Amino acid sequence: MKQLVILGAGTAGTMMANHLSHELDTDLWKIIVIDEKTEHHYQPGYLFLPFDIYKPSDIVKTIEEFIPKKAELVRGTIDRIDPKNNRVLMTSGTEIDYEVLIVATGAKIAPEETEGMKGSEWHKSVFDFYTFDGSLALRDKLRHWEGGKLVVHITEMPIKCPVAPLEFAFLADSFFKNKHMRDKVEITYVTPLSGAFTKPKATDALEHLLHEKNIQIESDFAIERVDNENKMIVDYGGREIPFDILVTVPTNKGDEVIERSGMGDDLNYLPTNKATLQSKAYENVFVLGDASNIPASKAGSVAHFEAEILTENILRYIKGEPLKEEFDGHANCFIETGNGKALLIDFNYTHEPVEGTFPFPGVGPLRLLKESRMNHMGKLAFRWIYWNVLLKGTHIPFVSPTMSEAGKHYE
Amino acid sequence: MERVIAGKTIAVNEEGYMTDFKQWDNSVAEVLASEAEITLSPRHWEILSYLQTEFKNEVPLSIRKIGKSGVVDIKEFYQLFPKAPLKTATKIAGIPKPASCI
Repeated sequence: MKQLVILGAGTAGTMMANHLSHELDTDLWKIIVIDEKTEHHYQPGYLFLPFDIYKPSDIVKTIEEFIPKKAELVRGTIDRIDPKNNRVLMTSGTEIDYEVLIVATGAKIAPEETEGMKGSEWHKSVFDFYTFDGSLALRDKLRHWEGGKLVVHITEMPIKCPVAPLEFAFLADSFFKNKHMRDKVEITYVTPLSGAFTKPKATDALEHLLHEKNIQIESDFAIERVDNENKMIVDYGGREIPFDILVTVPTNKGDEVIERSGMGDDLNYLPTNKATLQSKAYENVFVLGDASNIPASKAGSVAHFEAEILTENILRYIKGEPLKEEFDGHANCFIETGNGKALLIDFNYTHEPVEGTFPFPGVGPLRLLKESRMNHMGKLAFRWIYWNVLLKGTHIPFVSPTMSEAGKHYE
Repeated sequence: MERVIAGKTIAVNEEGYMTDFKQWDNSVAEVLASEAEITLSPRHWEILSYLQTEFKNEVPLSIRKIGKSGVVDIKEFYQLFPKAPLKTATKIAGIPKPASCI
């Protein structure tokens, strides 16, 4: 029997296991999924934990319940991939051979990359909300905080879900308004970019919202260190921004297993063909989701669109047919803007987010790049869709893996 | 879009970045540098030349990569090209503004 091995049972790996268990002939192929964890977290939920909008039980389930019966789930830590010999070495000493490997090991925060970030104030006044523990520590802090300077900060790009820090700032604004203490809190948004977002039209819309919500923006800030003693962040140019609470998104990196395997770039991301999702170095290795270095957003929606295209390419690869160069960088993200409203953006490698309607051109019901209650309902409904539709690899009706230009207002 | 720099007609985009590297030369760089209130020293030229080589080799540029390049550390990069060094330095070097990751 031939073996197809998937590294990682997160959003990307789980979806792939489900797709392939339907598509591959399981008399000929054995699908093996490897992960060291037991829990599957709905990561977008980390954004809501600090504000007591979600509770931990809303966002944690077991990995096992989403892995198809036809696949084998192996629990253990991967020591490294040996791509020249087509095998995965486990720290236990076990070796797992593969004909085809799918790397879905994701990305995670690396606060140790910045001097002082993981210092004496870590999880006391310096927080992340990209981990379960960080998010909960922040929730406990915010429950009793009496106000002061709240600094929301991005260390460097790329990061998972690049809109999350903005959403955090917007939700913080409405959280403190609801607690009748907004006047006691000064919110500052600090970014290494020149504006609120990477794409011009969305930047305009988002900066307008920041202004409207009285959130200060400090752009072009490349952090050098966190000064724990004086509670401020300092950039390489000597700019200082004081904080009472720092909510930072540390540098994001690919998993150490990629580094140990000698397969990654300087941030441990795997060099990947951005249209076919095949590794650039090994033709039987494919990369899905945050683990790759493709210039698309690191987001679950991207992994979802990739998975539909990658499934087809794996089947083609197995049959010896040329791969489809189809992935266009399609991303689709809700942006919570507070007070029960949200924006929606839909974009790809070449088309920036613009205004319009989604998914039905001219109809909606969702509005692109405009705040609406319907978009917020969409974001909340998405948690259900994630657990019940997305992870199972079911196609979401009316939303195609490649982006549609219809219903969008390009100039 | 076009503008005249150091007596030559140069193609630029709306942010003032040159769009045709073949039109770049030292005198153009001097003018672009002075517009950013920078006087080019031998050290500046070394870095500009490094950035141009990376661009020609299609290596995506980032502050992190430059810090690890061995050519200049981030601190000095900021001293030489204050405020937003990568954006300023690429503009003077006549190469595109680095596409920030999504």
